[in-house]
Amino acid sequence: MRKVDCVIVGGGSAGMSCAVAIARFGIKDILMIEREKELGGILNQCIHHGFGLHIYKKECTGPEFAQLLIESVKKYHIDIKLDTTVINITEGKKVTYVNEDEGVVEVQAKAIVMACGCMERSRGMISIPGDRCGNVLTAGTAQRYLNIDGYMCGKRVFILGSGDIGLIMARRMTLEGAKVLGVAEIMPYSNGLSRNIVQCLEDFNIPLYLNTTVTRIIGHPRLERIELSSVDENLRPIKDSEWSVAVDCLLLSIGLLPDTSLLNKLNVERDPQTRSVAVNEAFEMSLSGFFACGNVLQVHDLVDDVYLEAEVCGREVARYLHDGFVDEEMVHVCAGENVAHVVPQRLRKENMQDDCRFSFRVKKPMRDCILRIRSGENILREVKKRVMLPAEMEKLDLEKSMLMGAKDLVFEVKEDV
Amino acid sequence: MIKEMVCIVCPMSCRMQVEMDKKKVVSVSHNGCVRGVKYANEEMSNPTRMVTSTVVLKNAALTRLPVMTASPVPKRKVADVMKQINKVKVKAPVKMYDVIIENVARTGVNVVASRSMDAIK
Ligand SMILES: Cc1cc2nc3c(=O)[nH]c(=O)nc-3n(C[C@H](O)[C@H](O)[C@H](O)COP(=O)(O)OP(=O)(O)OC[C@H]3O[C@@H](n4cnc5c(N)ncnc54)[C@H](O)[C@@H]3O)c2cc1C
Ligand code: SF4
Repeated sequence: MRKVDCVIVGGGSAGMSCAVAIARFGIKDILMIEREKELGGILNQCIHHGFGLHIYKKECTGPEFAQLLIESVKKYHIDIKLDTTVINITEGKKVTYVNEDEGVVEVQAKAIVMACGCMERSRGMISIPGDRCGNVLTAGTAQRYLNIDGYMCGKRVFILGSGDIGLIMARRMTLEGAKVLGVAEIMPYSNGLSRNIVQCLEDFNIPLYLNTTVTRIIGHPRLERIELSSVDENLRPIKDSEWSVAVDCLLLSIGLLPDTSLLNKLNVERDPQTRSVAVNEAFEMSLSGFFACGNVLQVHDLVDDVYLEAEVCGREVARYLHDGFVDEEMVHVCAGENVAHVVPQRLRKENMQDDCRFSFRVKKPMRDCILRIRSGENILREVKKRVMLPAEMEKLDLEKSMLMGAKDLVFEVKEDV
Repeated sequence: MIKEMVCIVCPMSCRMQVEMDKKKVVSVSHNGCVRGVKYANEEMSNPTRMVTSTVVLKNAALTRLPVMTASPVPKRKVADVMKQINKVKVKAPVKMYDVIIENVARTGVNVVASRSMDAIK
């Protein structure tokens, strides 16, 4: 059986950035496995611009960012297998992949990095009643059809969910000649960036219906009409508020979920809040030598954050392979009041480098609030924030010296200060 | 006339009140900082947008090539830019930043490839 130092599952922005970092820190035997025919992951279908402002100091399109990253990957000796899918991983770090040339192959790794991204929530996951008809699809699927394959999915389009992918697709389909009749959002606020609300909806007079959801899908064999309803504070549809609109395509932009399916059989600690695995400051899971970064760990809005996270992960993978980590007790990091989740969930103080970056999201939009990091009753850091939004991942770096005495950490946000 | 507009420069998303006299900005209020004033002025006098799309691609593994305007174009020209982009067919090989359309819709801006594509061997 072939033996390698490190297998990276997925060649999107996370996998590539991680691979480069691992190689830079002196590990030579790296195998990166990518299901698609080329590297880049989701970036290849995101042809809009707005990527990489921090990393490349200019706003790139998705494919442009991917290509710049591919060029740096090519500078190192990284064994890349394209058109190859990882189908199994064992606790003993045997990785099974399959492709046309080699068939089913098993390799033995010393470290494994999960960088396999996320998937979109589909109709089944929110169970919209009505007919099972054609042309109800996720916004990302429609994006792929249009931007990679050149097919338009409809002429009269409605979008459920105001996440960024849905907003980007509203503009994209309008520019290609479709009529986008509206975007419905069940929450009282939009889940997209305000820049996308302005440039993707307002620029084209596409209405955004807040507190509204799709309550019936009608059509056979293809979609003909949808019914919408207003919802109450508990997000339940209000009786007699229904209205309907004739459409031939419904796009769902109702959230992303980390794709951890390859880890289902393994005994790893999970975090119900991120719906992924829990990791420590080295992005290592509870199973030693298993790492995760990018959208498989937590859903990111900005590719720059993915890049930086994966870079730190790569540095730590290299440290693990060179010297191993010191065994020590873990500090637990918890999401407190108004905080939806925090990554990393665990912290080892001795292993920690100079500082540690925490990523987290708030549960609801808040203005004039205070972010507080506590260790028991002890307040380690307080930061005043004028605005915090669930649509934007927050980052905070804490220095090692500050954390040395800390027990368990709680991140919380208080309003009205 | 007073127009309400959302500033998109930073996440504060200030809902600004912009006082207009014909096409000129007279004053801006409810802005969190000066960048809002600059944004309001640009957005009211000459709003610009990047345009990204795809063109038909021959002789490559994929059938579409992603393209972009090399810099933002006036907002009112976006539809014309799209029309011209939709007429173009390109043959691989293509290199990133190759010019696909020169001076698109007489904006003075080029449409360029946003990635490279190899030719099929
Ligand atoms: C529609 C959309 C719009 C976005 N817009 C912006 C934006 O404007 N600006 C910005 O900065 N960021 C944006 N982002 C965010 C950012 O670009 C992404 O979050 C980031 O690129 C994700 O990188 P990743 O490597 O974690 O995941 P992915 O890019 O999804 O990569 C995962 C890779 O793993 C592969 N894979 C999965 N399973 C397997 C397997 N079993 N075997 C082998 N390979 C496998 C997949 O094929 C894929 O290539 C956007 C994201 C999306 C989804
Ligand atoms: S006015 Fe200033 S503070 Fe307000 S959104 Fe614009 S840039 Fe941000």
